[in-house]
Amino acid sequence: MTDLIQPIFQTAAWVVIYAFVPSFIVMNAVLIAGAFLTYVERKVIGHIQQRPGPNRVGPLGLLQPLADGIKLLTKEDIIPAQADRFVFVIAPFLSLVPVIMAYAVIPWGEPTTLMGVLPWLRVFDGWGYIPAAWNPFPLVPEKATLVISNLNIGVLYILGMSGLSAYGIILAGWGSNSKYALLGGLRSAAQVISYEIAMGLAIVGTLMLAGSLSLVDIVRAQESSFWYVLAQPLGFLIFFISGIAETNRAPFDLPEAESEIVAGFHTEYSGMRFAFFFMAEYGAMVIISAMASILYLGGWLPLQLPIPSALPAIGSTLAVTDGAVRAVNGALMAVPPIVWMLSKIGFFLFVYIWLRATFPRLRYDQLMHLGWKVMLPLGLANIFVTGLVILVKG
Amino acid sequence: MNLDQAFFLYFAAMIVVFSIVTITRKNPVYAVMALLVVFFHVAGLYVLLNAEFIAALQVVVYAGAILVLYLFVLMLLSVPREALGAAAHRRWPVYALVGGATTFEIALLLARSKFAPRPGPYPPDVVREMGSTQAIGTVLFTEFLYPFEVISLVLLVAMIGAIVLTKKWTPAQGGEEGR
Repeated sequence: MTDLIQPIFQTAAWVVIYAFVPSFIVMNAVLIAGAFLTYVERKVIGHIQQRPGPNRVGPLGLLQPLADGIKLLTKEDIIPAQADRFVFVIAPFLSLVPVIMAYAVIPWGEPTTLMGVLPWLRVFDGWGYIPAAWNPFPLVPEKATLVISNLNIGVLYILGMSGLSAYGIILAGWGSNSKYALLGGLRSAAQVISYEIAMGLAIVGTLMLAGSLSLVDIVRAQESSFWYVLAQPLGFLIFFISGIAETNRAPFDLPEAESEIVAGFHTEYSGMRFAFFFMAEYGAMVIISAMASILYLGGWLPLQLPIPSALPAIGSTLAVTDGAVRAVNGALMAVPPIVWMLSKIGFFLFVYIWLRATFPRLRYDQLMHLGWKVMLPLGLANIFVTGLVILVKG
Repeated sequence: MNLDQAFFLYFAAMIVVFSIVTITRKNPVYAVMALLVVFFHVAGLYVLLNAEFIAALQVVVYAGAILVLYLFVLMLLSVPREALGAAAHRRWPVYALVGGATTFEIALLLARSKFAPRPGPYPPDVVREMGSTQAIGTVLFTEFLYPFEVISLVLLVAMIGAIVLTKKWTPAQGGEEGR
């Protein structure tokens, strides 16, 4: 009996320490950040359109997400009489869960002692109160990487989860039993499948350079060389554009085009069920931004300027001295890695909002043309050229 | 019984239960949702076998793409449930024959195979060290390169076939692609 209970006990301890606690922290951080992202979006778009944006609830309108949350929670929950109840009810969950699950493999920073907490947990080893076999803290490492699970197939895992998030939207469209919702669901299915291919092809270039599917290893590979945006500018563009299409954001927000199909797949949803779709969309935006940061901008690595004298041709013509650049690099190094990671994500989120305020929505045929006839061939060409360069350089 | 076996039993039981749910639903959308659960648990079995790469592909390709296409088609068809059920019941001998033959074949294969196969060049401990992605890549592009290329060709033919079948040939438009 012990040989079953003990591994289960240690697995349970392991799950709590290494899976549940970090997952709980990341999940809540993401959902709260998602709520405030709606505030940031309204504020940024407001300023772009020469108006103040939300400014009534709290200082600078900062409590607006809270007010929205209370409103959504207390709204009447309507299920249309003709809807397929089961599908209608689970669709919002199917849309949010894969997005939250994708955060399991996102690395947020360098290995750290978590401000001294980890070594403290190791104290339990020496106490002797608990038999070694039953100690819940025998596996605590000196330092932990800030990632819930460093999967060796992290990139594929994220692609899988982003593909699954389409289910929530399609089933919401079908289950609502409304023609606008159905059209929105169909558009979303077609769009996600089309752009997933371009996105996968764009990522392949990075994977060839890094030689790994683990997101942590991809950042490590950039640490010893350079940020991959320099080697993969085309791949970076394809990835980010397909990412916007994958998350159904403007200018690719055809599944919820309000001028054509009311609100698309979530036309029939109200209250908290509607909020779930909203959270899924913002959560997916953060995932795409985090992926873009990790794959192309070095993840948590600090920005480092090149030393002028080390540049072959233009080095001597620059007006800055090596010392000045080294001083700036030192200052950039002093910023904690997690701040770098979050700033890069923040930058991409800003670009997301900026694009929404700038570009009109694509027409459906333009969307398909861009996905299949522009991005797909360019993605294949990118892989070919990358392979050629790797082959030639050895 | 250890933890691996407990997980295996869970995955296997869920696969059996939801396979049955898949084929007994009259509403095809429910059948697809049950099939999604089956695919997930099959991916779980692959993870237990140290084949994380295959598990991820199972989710990306089957759950993320093929099943979504099924749903896509089902939503456009919207066949009345009664009609579907009746058609299935009328042809049950055909289905029973095909299913029975397949089951017999699998049983025959299982009975004749030895359950401890000869270890190949990549036993589990090697795979665990180098990663299943690299192991599969190495084998696929050396030992199995020829079958791999043949499959690529078959897929290419299928792609061209799909384009030829769906393209509307309108000589009057003179090859105008319509934007």
